[in-house]
Amino acid sequence: MSYTFSRMKMIEKIKFGLLSPNEIRKMSAARIITADTYDEDGLPIPSGLMDQRLGTIEPGQRCQTCGNLVSNCMGHFGHIELARPVIHVGYAKKVLKVLRSICPECSKLMLTEEEKEKFRQEQSQHRKIFFEGDEDAAKIVFKRARKAKICPYCGAKKKKIIIEKPTTFYEEEEGKGSRRITPIEILERLKKIGDADLRILGISPENARLEWVVFTVLPIPPVCARPSITLDSGIRSEDDLTHKLVDVIRINQRLRENIDAGAPHLIVEDLWELLQYHITTYFDNQVSGIPPARHRSGRALRTLTQRLKGKEGRFRSNLSGKRVDFSARSVISPNPYISINDVGVPIEIAKILTIPTNVNDWNIEEMKQMVLNGPFKHPGANYIIRNDRRRIDLRYVKNRKIIADMLAPGFTIERHLNDGDLVLFNRQPSLHRMSIMAHEVRIMKGRTFRLNLTVCPPYNADFDGDEMNLHVPQSEEARTEAELLLKVQEHILSPRFGGPILGGIQDFISSVFQFTSKDSLYTKKDALKLLYIGDVYKNNPNFKLNQLVPVITDPEPKYSGKQIFSTLFPDDLNIKVKSKFCKKCEVCEEADCPYDAYVVIRNGQLITGTIDENSFGAMQSNSILQRIIKDHGNALGRQFLDSATKMLLYVIRQNGMTMGLDEVYVHGHAYEEIQRILKDATAESEKLIDAFYDNDTTILRRAPGRSMRETLELRIRQVLAEARKEAEETAAEFIGDEAHSVIMTKSGARGNILNLGQMSAVVGQQAIRGERINRGYTLRTLPHFKINDLTPKSRGFVSSSYRNGLKPVEFFFHAMGGREGLVDTAVRTSTSGYMQRRLVNALQDMVIENDGTVRNSDKNVIQFTFGDDGVEPTHTDHGKAVNLDVLLLKAKALDVEAIRKEIKTISNSIKPASKKEKITKEKPVKTTKTKQKEEELDEESLMKQFNEETGKNAIWRGKETKTYLEWKKDKMA
Amino acid sequence: MTKITEKILDEELAILKNDGIPEDLINIIREKVIDEELEEEQLEYLLNKIYINFSNALVETSEPVGTVAAQSIGEPGTQMTLRTFHYAGVEEFSVTQGLPRLIEIVDARRFPSTPQMTIFLEKPYHESEAKAIEVHNRIEQIRIEQITHDVDLDFVNWNIVINLIPEICEKKGIEINEIPEILKRYKKKGTIKREGNSIIIDPGIEDLQSLQKLREKILKKVVKGIRGVKRGLLTPSDDGKEWIIKTEGTNMQGVIQIEGVDVTRTVSNHIHEIEKLYGVEAARQMIIIESQKVLEQQGLDVDLRHLLILADLMCYSGSIQSIGRHGISGSKSSVFARAAFEVTVNQLLDAGLYGEEERLLGIPENVIVGQISPIGSGRVNIMFDLDANLDLLKKKKKRSS
Repeated sequence: MSYTFSRMKMIEKIKFGLLSPNEIRKMSAARIITADTYDEDGLPIPSGLMDQRLGTIEPGQRCQTCGNLVSNCMGHFGHIELARPVIHVGYAKKVLKVLRSICPECSKLMLTEEEKEKFRQEQSQHRKIFFEGDEDAAKIVFKRARKAKICPYCGAKKKKIIIEKPTTFYEEEEGKGSRRITPIEILERLKKIGDADLRILGISPENARLEWVVFTVLPIPPVCARPSITLDSGIRSEDDLTHKLVDVIRINQRLRENIDAGAPHLIVEDLWELLQYHITTYFDNQVSGIPPARHRSGRALRTLTQRLKGKEGRFRSNLSGKRVDFSARSVISPNPYISINDVGVPIEIAKILTIPTNVNDWNIEEMKQMVLNGPFKHPGANYIIRNDRRRIDLRYVKNRKIIADMLAPGFTIERHLNDGDLVLFNRQPSLHRMSIMAHEVRIMKGRTFRLNLTVCPPYNADFDGDEMNLHVPQSEEARTEAELLLKVQEHILSPRFGGPILGGIQDFISSVFQFTSKDSLYTKKDALKLLYIGDVYKNNPNFKLNQLVPVITDPEPKYSGKQIFSTLFPDDLNIKVKSKFCKKCEVCEEADCPYDAYVVIRNGQLITGTIDENSFGAMQSNSILQRIIKDHGNALGRQFLDSATKMLLYVIRQNGMTMGLDEVYVHGHAYEEIQRILKDATAESEKLIDAFYDNDTTILRRAPGRSMRETLELRIRQVLAEARKEAEETAAEFIGDEAHSVIMTKSGARGNILNLGQMSAVVGQQAIRGERINRGYTLRTLPHFKINDLTPKSRGFVSSSYRNGLKPVEFFFHAMGGREGLVDTAVRTSTSGYMQRRLVNALQDMVIENDGTVRNSDKNVIQFTFGDDGVEPTHTDHGKAVNLDVLLLKAKALDVEAIRKEIKTISNSIKPASKKEKITKEKPVKTTKTKQKEEELDEESLMKQFNEETGKNAIWRGKETKTYLEWKKDKMA
Repeated sequence: MTKITEKILDEELAILKNDGIPEDLINIIREKVIDEELEEEQLEYLLNKIYINFSNALVETSEPVGTVAAQSIGEPGTQMTLRTFHYAGVEEFSVTQGLPRLIEIVDARRFPSTPQMTIFLEKPYHESEAKAIEVHNRIEQIRIEQITHDVDLDFVNWNIVINLIPEICEKKGIEINEIPEILKRYKKKGTIKREGNSIIIDPGIEDLQSLQKLREKILKKVVKGIRGVKRGLLTPSDDGKEWIIKTEGTNMQGVIQIEGVDVTRTVSNHIHEIEKLYGVEAARQMIIIESQKVLEQQGLDVDLRHLLILADLMCYSGSIQSIGRHGISGSKSSVFARAAFEVTVNQLLDAGLYGEEERLLGIPENVIVGQISPIGSGRVNIMFDLDANLDLLKKKKKRSS
């Protein structure tokens, strides 16, 4: 079925208000009298809570009020006539406020006419400006009215009114003690308030007279709002609301009987209070001050408020978020050979998820085949929807051949998901818009979703058991939007910082680092293989290997990795970037960098520099990927990423990249050196500790604003940190630059020097809340130490390396430090999640309007131009709309002579008169402008042609024209 | 070979400006290009590219910039530290950073957990440490307890005897003679006089408990400096060119009245204080600066424009509104939007009593009722030109009949 917009009915507005007793009676389908639900035969008792006039919940049964079946009957309200009025808990506070500000005798708002007039004018003024009442104004009115001691109209003395939570009111008179105000009295007082007074209090009397919050009639929700469940054993289980209503009705009946029988005042009073309790808990079962109503099992009942409230309430879990059909969830696993736009879908899932497809003259054969295949063979179909909207389930069709032959244009087929279909793919938590992107389906064997490794960063996914969701868009509009806006390639650039969020990760980085380093050379055979795998021939059919000049020819021609990698770049790529392992020399030698850490790409050729995380990694602005997308668009960026990762995967597979325990085994002289460094550091800190005890300020100078003790801690931490760093460097030197672990850290693929140092040299100081460990026992951390021992080893300094193993004491300290990290992460996710929810909620309705301003949904201007410059961060270069450095680089790389030649040939043929020419007449005609002009001319003539052919411009006139009216009349008749 | 001249460049830039490129960008281009010795063709290419790049980078209408901003600020929140760090350096004091600080800004807390000021000094004072100390002494609040070694109670005469340390007084620039005067301002009754390095207060009370209470009170009295500025730290500025004072505790109003303070540059991280003193525009700027600082310290890359929209939203009403149910989200006009966020039931009850109208203009409202939300592609519709297609319809009609 396709959804057409024009047929949709739109809700314009929803008005809120209170139900008056008369309204409740009017809309009621049945007056409920009996507290019982079903009789012995299982039939609903008439005038009971399950009265059939309240709508039907049983399939096949017709509703006694509207005559519809379950699917169409939306239920009907009933009502109970209460024997005595009862107050609505939710409004108790409001009632108190109003009671306090009105006269107890004449129920007039205790303000003078002048004051009232002032407030009235303020309100209308506010309404004129903001189109809504000022809620804060009512607060001031209450405050002012409460102060009045004597009614300015009848002169009655005001009494102090107190509330006993939740719904009992008392009136206190000085010297007389307190007296309860019954709901009957409250009702009377509220009834007497004039409409004008209510308006001043902010209450809208047209929609809600305040006395309506005191119930004399209670509406009974329809049965479908509180369906009963029949268990397998045949036992009927009623909804919580029904249980509560049973209580209400029972007590109400008893109260009525007692009143009628003229029972003693005390009993009536008690029953009345009980009725108030039941109605209170019917509305809200978590009111403070009264015990919650419980189920027989002891579980608190889930009544009206609980149904709406909180994360599991109606609003947040059923209205703001809804469950959907046509979705799937499975574990994800990697597949580097599919494009970033693709997702591998298990065939089992593809057979369940369907896409409604209209049958037409062009696809009828294909559709017939799908119907023949049926629901169990893959490219098949599950349902057919005929012209008359009848749905045929192909699972139960005996002879599919007949059905297939029946197929005609106008039918709709719910066909299986197939290669090339667009689906939405999502991983929770959905923190940003890249958490849900459109992928093209690729049907695969196996039971996991497959995705390209480079799309892991936006989803924040890994493959340690992560699961992801998949949704199939059902309408043509949805699919179009997915194609144009949601595809992965449209999200390579992140709106967060104006750079690509996609890029090489982990092994791809180590690979590209090795591949483009100085000494990587490949024979002709290897080069061809790499070019083939990197799709160079596919993407660039004119490419020939002999376009590359081998770097060495003796003994055989060899091509450098830099050259081969360059074949993936477009011809006009120009970049200069510093590598991650840049030593930050005082004078940068740029292209002549001795470490090959200055990447220069000129006209699509990698000239010098080793590519690493800075120029190829994910979330790196100014990376190669960003430059390509900026100049050539998302599609080419995707192509580059796809082919580069494939090529690099082959490279790393040939090279091999692994890390063993031997790599972090530091021994011999270096080991001794590390031990010496640690020993020195310990000695140094002991010296400081001694100085602390001796109060020797020459050695331990007090830091400004710190106590001596704090200074000592500070200094020791400093000394130990320095020692760790030194040890780390010694170890790094020993391990050397060739070790794979070092390549990983150097290229930025994974890990850092600190990790390596911890494995090979020393783990270092363990900290809790940024301080050395100082908790545990009295004045000491562990019983292994003496009291007041401040030495490094007793305060959590781990001097072993992970390879050598931690001593037991060190192990404890390490666990303490590690625990803090875990707790921190756990706490952080919830706090940051809440912050984000609040942020999104506050900011979500801000949109760029057609006039370029940023406004919220009330159309208040928030910004006159977005971001003060109207530039969208997604399309910027790390915040800047135009990257001048790169453009200059490109301009300089232009071959001026060639352009001049071209100009000569063109200027001979055409001489267009452009705006620029008028200003600088003697200047030569510019290539770019000329080309543009040429295109413009072409476009103009095309437009002309198009107009001639179509006869008319399709411009909406915005009013009903003559011909339209004629046509309409014609049609009406 | 025609290298461009300044004249040609200016002419070309004038055209570019005419095409709608903002002036500041033009100035940057001018500065960049002027020494580059470009050929004319190269300049032409460059300027064309600039024009194309710039116009491609402009926002499109209906773009949901709010949601994008919220996500861009919220998403890196997961990567932030939760702890209050002591500065990595040796000195200075602890500052709330990372997620807690960001939440503080967004919540528009009335009292930040670590209020701070950075005080810049005027000309003669910022040059040397000795000069700067003068201002420092004027600013840092000094309580009695900081300049005494003990405060005795004399039960014979029912006096309080404050024994001052003259060295510290001198260092902090306090005249002992002035102290009785200052104390008199707090304690109007009784007599206060100086006796050597001691101050004797005769409050006229002969009751042990109240005397002890008074003693505690006097210990806390500020003798000098500005109330609220608990500690000041004199340090060279980041570029090392001048001396600045960093303080714990803020009191902008007090500080800007002190001689030697450069009012134009002195800032506080207390946003409400800034708002009170300088107005919302300044507060908006502080929100931007403070949130940017937090993100920068955490090494997170977030575009300035997202922070701008956040700050503008918080300030558009004329005073600072917090994000959340007491601020922006609570003052939305849509009942459903408020109900879907927090305190669902109360919102609905109030809506009933006030007879509110849900006009379904925002996003959550439309999600709730199941309509297309007016954002992005949901804000556009296709209009159909019936006149142009009338012939077609007529033909079709003919064919069917």
